[in-house]
Amino acid sequence: MAETHGAQSTPHRPAVPRYIILRLLGIGIVAAAIGIVIGFLIPWFPPAAAKQAHTIDTLYYVLIVCTVPIFVLVVSVVLFSAWRFRMRPGEERLDGPPIHGNTQLEVIWTALPSALIAALVVYAAIVLHDIGVKQPNEMTIGVTGQQFEWTFSYPGYHDAQNKPIVTTVLYLPINRPVVFEIHAVDVIHTFYVPAFRLQEDAVPGITTSFRATPDRLGSYPIICNQLCGYGHSTMRTTLKIISASAFQNFLTQHGYSGSSTQTASLQHSSGAPTETVADAANRTNSKEGPQ
Amino acid sequence: MIARLRAPGLHRGLLSVPIGIGLAYAIVLPIRAASHYHPVLDGTAILQVALISAPMAFLVGLGAFDYWFYWAAGRPTRAEDHSGHGARSWKDYFRINTDHKVIGVQYTVHSFLYFLIGGLFAMLMRVQLAQPGGKFVDANTYNGLFSVHATILIFLFVIPVFAGLANFVLPLMIGAPDMAFPRLNALSFWLLPIAGLMLLASFFAPGGSFASGWTAYAPLSTSAPIGQVFFTLGVQFAGASSIATALNFLVTIITMRAPGMSFFRMPLLVWANFSTSLLVVIATPFIAASQFFVLLDRALGFNFFNAGSGGDVLMYQHVFWFYSHPAVYIMMLPGFGIISEIIAVKARKPIFGYRMMAFSLLAIVVLGFTVWAHHMFTSGMPAWIRDPMMITTAIIAVPTGVKIFSWLATLWRGVLHMDTPMLWAMGFITMFTLGGISGVMLAMVPFDLHVSKTYFIVAHIHYVLFGGSVFTIFAGVYYWFPKMTGRMYDERLGKWHFWTTLLFFNVTFAPMHLIGIEGMPRRVADYSTQFASWNLAISIASWLLGLSTLIFLYNMIVSWRGGPRAVANPWRGLTLEWQVSSPPPIFNFDTMPTIVGGPYEYGVPGAVHAVFRDGAHVPTPAGDRTMVTQE
Repeated sequence: MAETHGAQSTPHRPAVPRYIILRLLGIGIVAAAIGIVIGFLIPWFPPAAAKQAHTIDTLYYVLIVCTVPIFVLVVSVVLFSAWRFRMRPGEERLDGPPIHGNTQLEVIWTALPSALIAALVVYAAIVLHDIGVKQPNEMTIGVTGQQFEWTFSYPGYHDAQNKPIVTTVLYLPINRPVVFEIHAVDVIHTFYVPAFRLQEDAVPGITTSFRATPDRLGSYPIICNQLCGYGHSTMRTTLKIISASAFQNFLTQHGYSGSSTQTASLQHSSGAPTETVADAANRTNSKEGPQ
Repeated sequence: MIARLRAPGLHRGLLSVPIGIGLAYAIVLPIRAASHYHPVLDGTAILQVALISAPMAFLVGLGAFDYWFYWAAGRPTRAEDHSGHGARSWKDYFRINTDHKVIGVQYTVHSFLYFLIGGLFAMLMRVQLAQPGGKFVDANTYNGLFSVHATILIFLFVIPVFAGLANFVLPLMIGAPDMAFPRLNALSFWLLPIAGLMLLASFFAPGGSFASGWTAYAPLSTSAPIGQVFFTLGVQFAGASSIATALNFLVTIITMRAPGMSFFRMPLLVWANFSTSLLVVIATPFIAASQFFVLLDRALGFNFFNAGSGGDVLMYQHVFWFYSHPAVYIMMLPGFGIISEIIAVKARKPIFGYRMMAFSLLAIVVLGFTVWAHHMFTSGMPAWIRDPMMITTAIIAVPTGVKIFSWLATLWRGVLHMDTPMLWAMGFITMFTLGGISGVMLAMVPFDLHVSKTYFIVAHIHYVLFGGSVFTIFAGVYYWFPKMTGRMYDERLGKWHFWTTLLFFNVTFAPMHLIGIEGMPRRVADYSTQFASWNLAISIASWLLGLSTLIFLYNMIVSWRGGPRAVANPWRGLTLEWQVSSPPPIFNFDTMPTIVGGPYEYGVPGAVHAVFRDGAHVPTPAGDRTMVTQE
């Protein structure tokens, strides 16, 4: 049963010479630099169409810069070990040196990542705060998810019959801060606008929200991003970011005949006309879209 | 003949199933009649009760409760004569058996059966997704495929296969003759086939299988067709199995260590399973609760999650993730233990910073309970919760990082035996690092606001659970294959298996990071044409990844049947399982070992981990190390 292990006559592996470690370090730095450059060259994101999106994209590139070197460090140590410390013929009974640990080293590799992570958390917390700040002249948009369709309401903009305007394609004027008030009729959905880099669940029974300031004209997908049943993958629509005057035309086409002060408020300051959340939730049955 | 049918076993178990179904009728019909429900005979109601009563009847028939019934009835219990120990033929694996080694093999083989099924489901999903507008299956079936895929691989592969490997080696490692509760151990295993068959049977339910994801968020799950109940109850059986095994491990580790094996002389696999078992025992009741909520909502109209009647939809997610976040550590910590064993033995060096390795496991256990709401950053929960959860989630990366660095330092200046288990271990370190890095990214709430529920999450979870857990499982299976079967596997095929898996794993899952950040949602049966080319590449690679498993399968089957006989200690390991024959004797140790040193003293001249009472030192006579008095 007993079996000898290790061959005490053979010396342990010698320490790795300093110049080789420096060379490994050099290769690692170059590899990390290449990795970061590749990370910057890859066109990761879809077009950004909101102020918040740019902030979030920047955060991602900071994360690339911080994490690629860590991955390169791990991979290069593994590959270097596989090459340098591989058992060679004649070493079948050789053991490594009995190093049980090194407190200094262990403190360093606990403290450094902790510091890096702490810095990233502080940065991310600031970004999170910034993208959620209440803006002046915010326009409220009601968003309602139900299997398997989105409807959008524009509280304060009523048509000739004094009913709020409701669409199935979302129209937003450029550069006007928006706060979405999100509802669900049946099950949970997620109101996800990749161009904004933002999403929030539509939850039965509560109102959820997020803020965005559209800053690029164009059409962008709106996706339901929470499994909501067999039609989940078809629960999509379009966001159209249009100029302020085009938005005015859009409202007029839908029968909006607001007074000049409300029009002014649309294009300038003084906050969007308000409507209660319950009103928005009760309007899910009329779904005349513009198309 | 009659005697054979009355004896405990599969026959009696299967014959008891109709009794269980009859019991369901006997319970439901009178209640419905008394309550004036129409129709009195309601298939859905009976099915929900039968899904509980039939499996219980099967277990009773199988004999899982015989001893306890005799004892409870005051009848003489049959003294355990250990005649059920060991397996003399393959038939013994299909009986209640109280030998931890037999149960370990039962667990492992059964889990791999579900690994193949779950993997096959993934390949079917990739057929549907090979190009946009896929018509391979309809959307409902597709939703069912990924729901069952995830559920099976979590609850019937990763969690139980770790329990299986540990079942086999852990008692050996601590010098125990068996687990603390052998009958409970057998019951734990036999709950698993029930859970597995129930999940698979859901495909035959009216309305199709459960299709609300493995997360089963309410109110989608509370309003889904009857197939959902197969998940709700299947998970209960798997969870009960998990809890019972964890309890067994805890008691075994605490009370049955060989003399001299202090906690800080335990191999790290034992530490890892100790930590995992703490997580399981504390967390698993929460998923049981979440599914009982769903069951009561569905079957009896409790309205826990019905917002219109005062229910709270987000409550489900909090209770669910209070288990399911710790569950990702339940699916990873035992793998950490396996890697520590393999790295030390194959690098011929002591684990660098052994105590830090043990403490970091405990740190993960504690922190693991403080991060659950990071799965809910976009759920609509109160916004203030995001900040503390971001902080704790980032902090939990530190103990995990400590483990990675410790393994790297263990490799440094070692004598690396680059055989199959070691390749998987080194592959694990790199792949898991990638999964850990994307995890830290996801902890940063603003980035998560964009990629939550996209393919970036799918990429992350597969780098953690496949590049992480599955790699450690393969490492462990190859490493202990000689011990478990008494045969050697084919080294060349093992290496082929590793390299093909590593390659196709990365080609399959790495591009998912890209399409995720581009905004492709997960859990969709169809997608925008802009993602077409990546998805085709992923689908092809996923099939090749699936096919690479055939190499493993062939190697295991052929080697088990006719591989060269394994010696007791092919890897020259110091831990106790290698000091007994391969496979081990029926009661593990002919003479009880006494532990006199640490488990990884490679390179220390004359170091000894254990001595046997008959005086034989293992592996070499004690040198300068102090002998420790026996407990």
